[in-house]
Amino acid sequence: MSENNFEPKIVAFCCHYCAYSAADLAGSMRLQYAPNIRVIEMPCSGNTDARVLLSAFEEGADGVYVAGCLEGDCHFLKGNFRAKKRVAHVKEILAEIGLEPERLEFYNLSAAMGTRFAEIANEMTERIKKLGPSPLNKAKEGGQA
Amino acid sequence: MIVAENKPLAEIAELIKDYNKVLFLGCGGCVTVCLSGGEKETEIMATALRLKRKLEGQPLETLTYTLTRQCDPEYVASIENLVGQAEAIVSLACGVGVQYLAEHYPDKWVIPAANTKHIGGSIVHGVWEERCGLCGECVLHKTGGICPIIRCSKSILNGPCGGSQDGHCEIDKETPCAWQLIYDRLKTLNRLDLLTELQPPKDWSKARDGGPRKVVREDVMIG
Repeated sequence: MSENNFEPKIVAFCCHYCAYSAADLAGSMRLQYAPNIRVIEMPCSGNTDARVLLSAFEEGADGVYVAGCLEGDCHFLKGNFRAKKRVAHVKEILAEIGLEPERLEFYNLSAAMGTRFAEIANEMTERIKKLGPSPLNKAKEGGQA
Repeated sequence: MIVAENKPLAEIAELIKDYNKVLFLGCGGCVTVCLSGGEKETEIMATALRLKRKLEGQPLETLTYTLTRQCDPEYVASIENLVGQAEAIVSLACGVGVQYLAEHYPDKWVIPAANTKHIGGSIVHGVWEERCGLCGECVLHKTGGICPIIRCSKSILNGPCGGSQDGHCEIDKETPCAWQLIYDRLKTLNRLDLLTELQPPKDWSKARDGGPRKVVREDVMIG
């Protein structure tokens, strides 16, 4: 695939109580957003382990994000704060191993924010398009981007 | 527990650069509790280093396993098959685990993934503080349960020294003066009389100054 028509694969770990419902709302609102997002429903953003974030990159994701509830609104009280810290830690690991930390992000939103869900999907897709395919995928294809 | 901290990934990557198939071995003991070398940390480290090597064009194959303990020969001996498949072992255990592996598998290169820091416990989640100096002759009954050996910067037995300022140690305003803590605790317990007893110089031959130590319990020895 050439850099020009690069369509990134982005994995979104979405909390059941906010982002996942917001995705549902975005659909009900007939909002158009980038089709590059693969949504994975999580019981809470705080349940997103560092291992699955790294595995997503290893399995071919060009970008990954975790979306949790607005601060103070977590159904499990502190899950979103924990997820935010964990994402920050995994970003450090990515920097250490030589993969752009910008490929990973954490977002806060509520179940009522369907429009914001679509915005985040577009924002992340644009960001990853600018960064280009994950160097891990390039390595897999034997240097062919 | 023994508290350890992972070495930077770059340092471990450098130590395994000559190997293409490596066993990452966690430990279910102290390092699981202090979140540096349990099952989760082992998987994270192996995955991160696999990704790093893939990016560098020198793919790394990893095996991961977490032993119940790396400081018992029985457990170390139980992974012979796994060890046989790897060119080298990265141990996420404390220094004891690394040495047990090296002793049991003399033809295998064993690499420490952690810096073993101290004997301590957590004060809040994510912060581990040193609490035992392993001096070999406990004096906590004389000091109200606060260790002057490890919590006093000078390890003095008849404190406090002149560096105690407003309850803090002169080395650092964040470090409480152990002897202030001892005084406060003994006062609460109405046992200040213990402080009038002058402590003689400590016999450091029972600590590390006496060379490597050994505990022998013939009553529990088998055979």
